[in-house]
Amino acid sequence: MTITLAPGSSRNAALMERAVRGRSLWDDARRRLLRNRAAMTSLIVLGLLLLAALIGPFLTPYTYDQINKNDVWQAPLTGAHLLGTDSLGRDLLARLFTGLGVSLAIGAVATTVSLVIGVAWGATAGYLGGVVDEVMMRIVDVLYSLPYIFFVILLMVVFGSNFILLFIAIGAVEWLTMARIVRGQTLSLKQKEFIEAARAAGLTRFAIIVRHIVPNLLGPVVVYVTLTIPGVILAESFLSFLGLGIQPPMASLGTLINNGAQDMELAPWLLIFPSITMVATLMCFNFIGDGLRDALDPKDR
Amino acid sequence: MLRFVLRRLLVAIPTLFVVITVAFFLMRAAPGNPFSSDRKLPPEILKNIEAKYHMDRPLIVQYGEYLGGVMHGDFGPSLKYRDKSVLDIIGENYLVSLKIGLAAFAIMVIVGVSLGVLAALRQNGPADYTVMSIAILGICIPSFVTAPLLQLALGMKLGWLPIASWNGGQLVNMVLPVTVLALPQIAIISRLTRAGMIEALKSNYVRTAKAKGLPELTIVTKHALRAAILPLVSYLGPAFAGLLTGSLVVERIFGLPGLGKFFVTSALQRDYTVVMGMVIFFATLILLLNLLADILYAVLDPRVRLA
Repeated sequence: MTITLAPGSSRNAALMERAVRGRSLWDDARRRLLRNRAAMTSLIVLGLLLLAALIGPFLTPYTYDQINKNDVWQAPLTGAHLLGTDSLGRDLLARLFTGLGVSLAIGAVATTVSLVIGVAWGATAGYLGGVVDEVMMRIVDVLYSLPYIFFVILLMVVFGSNFILLFIAIGAVEWLTMARIVRGQTLSLKQKEFIEAARAAGLTRFAIIVRHIVPNLLGPVVVYVTLTIPGVILAESFLSFLGLGIQPPMASLGTLINNGAQDMELAPWLLIFPSITMVATLMCFNFIGDGLRDALDPKDR
Repeated sequence: MLRFVLRRLLVAIPTLFVVITVAFFLMRAAPGNPFSSDRKLPPEILKNIEAKYHMDRPLIVQYGEYLGGVMHGDFGPSLKYRDKSVLDIIGENYLVSLKIGLAAFAIMVIVGVSLGVLAALRQNGPADYTVMSIAILGICIPSFVTAPLLQLALGMKLGWLPIASWNGGQLVNMVLPVTVLALPQIAIISRLTRAGMIEALKSNYVRTAKAKGLPELTIVTKHALRAAILPLVSYLGPAFAGLLTGSLVVERIFGLPGLGKFFVTSALQRDYTVVMGMVIFFATLILLLNLLADILYAVLDPRVRLA
């Protein structure tokens, strides 16, 4: 924004200074987020976890599926294995790095799937309105009242342990809330002057949705995305726990916890370390999500 | 009111129809069938069995037959447990799930609301911070982590509670499963209650009540709480779905003979009719409970007009 003022007055100069360095909504939000200690700590911890998942597997002397016949049931810190080994002598640290990576990857991909479907669906329904909106949201209502976990279980039973399908199955059921949030936001955005201006300028509906509606939805969508990722990680772990998700020797946090729970009497470390990693990951996402919500929507505080 | 209930029941019919259709074709798309096991059956016998269950007909015909049966309340026989119908199996197994589900539900509402009110009344005090920290932990620690950890600590190390068995539903056998089931819900409910309560305590009618000199207890229970638990009522639907999901884990970990455990086993064994029956059962339950929550909402909040 530029304000032209009569030159000469120092008060005007000061005003100009302030006008030039205006703060956008995003500047404000960043400032508030930086001041939120829980969210910033979580961001750092999450960064470290991400780093561990990315480069950790290259740093351990063992691979996640390497069987060491001589090192079975080693307790942490007693031998060559920092976090101990399982019944096959597999290094827990290596498996933990891999499992964390798999869980985070599923979180990212499935959330992206839900993001794309949810935003497209919600923005279209909200912007077009009328019968289209009515029909599209009725479909969401119907899907909402399905016992979705049963369908995911059925899907996994039907198609087996297919990596890609696992992503899609979880993502496809997580988009409903996203569609509702986006539709609500679109309904209020639609009334704004800049949309009217775009319409007056002769843009097509598609262009208005993609270029003007969607970018302005970013705030609430970002918040919901950070809260969807832990939900997806939980869903995957839950399936893996039931034996329907990731199959051995591949590991995810869910399978590690499941295996650990079976051997917890003999080797409690196999349960405890994956559990701590899982809880830490989920907590980070939740704190960041809460922090983002406070930062982007200050009226809630 | 009556019109609202009727309309919602009418919407439930297409929902159930979608449920049945999707579940039917998903189940049939699965590789393998209920009769393929380790022991290979001679093709003639397999053919006879398939003919008996009408599985030699085109899929769409079977689908039509199944829908017709369901409309008459006939969910067919189990394909794995000979001489048992689907309704028999659900009837035999639902009591265990219902018992721990109801116990967990009662505990999560009572404990969750109490903690939430306590936190709101002592806002920003030590009690508030303690309750909210525990709530965050409760939300982030999934039931399949709490369950084995509690088994390890209370069952194995301390030996206070039985680790895993049903034993006819003795109280000591129920403590751990119900706790694990209720914990995450307690966390969410206490957070919702706290937020609602803080909002309500700031409102004008609470100030009026205080100005009238009403005792604090009356204000909290009669005036503020009534408004504060409204968001809770609309959370009841998701809460119930959460309990169902949790019971899948809990029944498996604690070895309880309930429906949740049965569902996964049946799906893996391709017991088509049992899986279908259970999906329909759970979907109906969720639909009815959502309706109940909506009605409750209208009763508690006279501003809502059901049309």
